[in-house]
Amino acid sequence: MKEEIIIAGFGGQGVLSMGKILAYSGLMQGQEVSWMPSYGPEQRGGTANVTVILSDERISSPVLNSYDTAIVLNQPSLERFESKVKPGGTLIFDSNGFHKFPTRTDINIYRIDATEYAYANDSTKTMNMIILGGLLKVRPIVKVANVLKGLKKSLPDRHHHLIPMNEKAIEVGMELIQKVN
Amino acid sequence: MNDSKKQNIEEVRLMKGNEAIAHAAVRCGCDGYFGYPITPQSEIMETLMELEPWNTTGMVVLQAESETSSINMVYGGAGCGKRTMTSSSSPGVSLMQEGISYIACAELPCLIVNVMRGGPGLGTIQPSQADYYQSVKGGGHGDYKLITLAPASVQEMADHTVLAFDLAFKYCTPALILADGVIGQMMEKVVLPPFQPRLTEEEIREKYPWATLGKPSSRKPNIITSLSLEAEEMETINLRLQRKYREIEKNEVLFEEFSCEDAEYLVVAFGTTARVCQKAVEMARAEGIKAGLLRPITLFPFPTIAISNYADKVKGMLTVEMSAGQMIDDVKLVVNGRVPVQFYGRMGGIVPSPDEVLKALKEKVVK
Repeated sequence: MKEEIIIAGFGGQGVLSMGKILAYSGLMQGQEVSWMPSYGPEQRGGTANVTVILSDERISSPVLNSYDTAIVLNQPSLERFESKVKPGGTLIFDSNGFHKFPTRTDINIYRIDATEYAYANDSTKTMNMIILGGLLKVRPIVKVANVLKGLKKSLPDRHHHLIPMNEKAIEVGMELIQKVN
Repeated sequence: MNDSKKQNIEEVRLMKGNEAIAHAAVRCGCDGYFGYPITPQSEIMETLMELEPWNTTGMVVLQAESETSSINMVYGGAGCGKRTMTSSSSPGVSLMQEGISYIACAELPCLIVNVMRGGPGLGTIQPSQADYYQSVKGGGHGDYKLITLAPASVQEMADHTVLAFDLAFKYCTPALILADGVIGQMMEKVVLPPFQPRLTEEEIREKYPWATLGKPSSRKPNIITSLSLEAEEMETINLRLQRKYREIEKNEVLFEEFSCEDAEYLVVAFGTTARVCQKAVEMARAEGIKAGLLRPITLFPFPTIAISNYADKVKGMLTVEMSAGQMIDDVKLVVNGRVPVQFYGRMGGIVPSPDEVLKALKEKVVK
């Protein structure tokens, strides 16, 4: 198994930490993982993205220009990465603030209104976990149990009481995601 | 690159290359880190500050007022036989060149880490490999060489920290880890090296009799200097340095090969670019093109014999770098016209993609 994922959005949406949680989850199930963030000027107030690769084999390039799955959380990211999804691949978007929508017909497109849900339910801090839940519903690449194990390993003890809240967000995401095409 | 051996999950950690260097430094008995922050390597000092090794191993971690100052602190510590290191990124390493030349001439061991970013000038903060010339051709003045290691994974960032210190002390010469922004910033699995204690001052006096740790009445003063006003004396020092570099060339070459056995076309690349090229080679193989990859792990000493052997076997070579083409000079010197050596590179902080490399291989080499 090998899954090449790009997650992209505005800085502050939790893009890099969502990638980190995915990488830790892969680690928990014994896979090879790589997590390559954009750390350039875009991280400082513009768009942020992270490439996460989970694989049963040794990972060669940590930098890619086509992906099995793209998760795009803002308009510029959709414009940049829609064309980079491999045919037959998956595109997930949160339409908050979008004025143009994905148009490809050779990929599976899903919509998850996580931002809207998060604001309505006062859960903006777990918005990225809602999206992760959506991803895991349509691409079950890591087990939820391993996500929780990964959270336990990556979070300091004082934050462990927040894990159930994150688990609930994953469940919400699994309900929210819907196929567009 | 990643070793996919089944490891105990508890031992395996996920961290950035920069963080791996910091952890490995504490674990391998480093006595002192002196540095000045600069992207994309600031996590090295940040992690060291978080680890607070002064409370555990007694290692000193100090933010100097500049890179010039850091390298001279390293020089001073190294003169006392201590395991000292600094880290920076391209513009900062340029500032250190005078000090590095002095340390090489004074024949002292130390570790310098350069997590390269795009240049020239203040450049950009994204990954680059354009400091190859500076690293292996002597960035400062005079005839000297640095043992130069080029990690291509987070695991190697940790492993090379230990190896660089060992080689530096074996040959009494500065060692350089030449990484780039990708290797510094990305997270991968890593198994950290085992803890080894720092040497006590008694142990240093015994192992390194040249160290200036205070003069007992039983011996003459140890003098560490890079100045010899007599030309004959300076030539003697130069001859000794050159003999040392020939020894290093004989003993310490490291490289890795990927699907080279039956290769008709050889790609040569180091660091992050080697990872990108490995993927390109996999893609070429899937199309029936017999490509292979040779990755120099040591840039000085350069794997001349291995590359020379391939010059008699393959139809052409492609050197891929994040620069305008620097290592290609060394490849061409080795190949000496026996087969065409082509180049593909990106500059200023752009990482080439596997597709671009495959296209260059097809257009420039396979044809």
